Amino acid sequence: MIFLELFLTFFKIGAFTFGGGYAMLPLIQSEAIGNGWMTMEEIIDFIAVSESTPGPFAINMATFVGTQMGKEFLGVGGGILGAICATLGVVMPSFIVILFVAKFYQKFKENRIVAGCLGGLKPAAIGLICAAVISIGKTVFFPESIALSAMASYTFIFSVLLFAVTLFLALKKKMNPIYIIVISAVAGIGAGYLGEYMGWL
Amino acid sequence: MKDNFKKALKLFLVFFKIGAFTFGGGYAMVPIIQSEVAEKRGWIKNEDILDILAISESTPGPIAINSATFVGYQVAGVFGSVMATLGVVLPSLIIISVVSYFFKQFLAFKVVKYAFLGIRAGVLALIVKAAKNMMKACPKNAVAYTIVALAFILTTVFDINVFAVIIGSAVMGLVYSLLTNKRKGEEK
Repeated sequence: MIFLELFLTFFKIGAFTFGGGYAMLPLIQSEAIGNGWMTMEEIIDFIAVSESTPGPFAINMATFVGTQMGKEFLGVGGGILGAICATLGVVMPSFIVILFVAKFYQKFKENRIVAGCLGGLKPAAIGLICAAVISIGKTVFFPESIALSAMASYTFIFSVLLFAVTLFLALKKKMNPIYIIVISAVAGIGAGYLGEYMGWL
Repeated sequence: MKDNFKKALKLFLVFFKIGAFTFGGGYAMVPIIQSEVAEKRGWIKNEDILDILAISESTPGPIAINSATFVGYQVAGVFGSVMATLGVVLPSLIIISVVSYFFKQFLAFKVVKYAFLGIRAGVLALIVKAAKNMMKACPKNAVAYTIVALAFILTTVFDINVFAVIIGSAVMGLVYSLLTNKRKGEEK
């Protein structure tokens, strides 16, 4: 039953993400790609959509995957139901935990077991996001397969150059993510039509 | 009772607004929560915001949900937390549902396909930035660095399940803190 599966999968993702935001990415990657629900390209494209629409990444991602899967199963109504199941799943763990913590906040703060686990969870999240950077980088730079010949292609050279520029804008200029996406989109459209015109694509 | 209901309804509206107007989510939401919930309405104190952040970071789930649930509970109990959480989730749910329906058709246009050729490189840069920001919050000790390296190598090279890696790291962190606490105790 896809709806129950969506709920349980996103419940699991919600329960194991610490730090929020992109910390969730490695988990979504492992589950949604592992289940054959999405491809890496779809996830990357949707991150751009999520950055350019309001709301937290986690909710946007859950709604998106839920809609896509539910729609395949039961049409428009299924899409809505799928979105609700996935979103409810990703929200539930935080909701339950916070209700509990709000009651016993002082004790929670001083709990050594909680602090000890967090000492391991924070570095793990960093290792996992670095792994995600590698696998996403692979998809961006080598969409077909990793090969030396691919590095001579027009799209590879364009992607590397644009990545360098946007990385500079994001890290050094602290540019707003939405502007970075707009600039990248405009650059992509320009490069696409130029490549087509010159016969490079 | 009626008073609580009114408060919960207001919580819903305020968090709906917060959900509808923050791009990027998470930390981008913090200043808006501060102005809407603490400064304008005085529902919570300004210093509580720091507590909320600390809690969000030490509990699972997205910061937006964590803070909505926490503030809602402080203001109007369990019902308040339900309404605040619902409020912060609904805008995304509605907007993304609509976007999702047209997403695949939208990608079929050549101009959109080209746009995403660029966008993918830009998104990679954003994720690298997120990774860099997360590194700032990393505990500065050898065990933490070992866990970073292990988590990275186990998932990329050995294809170990991420959930297993997360659970293993929590156990390692716990064992390490119990051992160091014990040693400190013995020194005394």
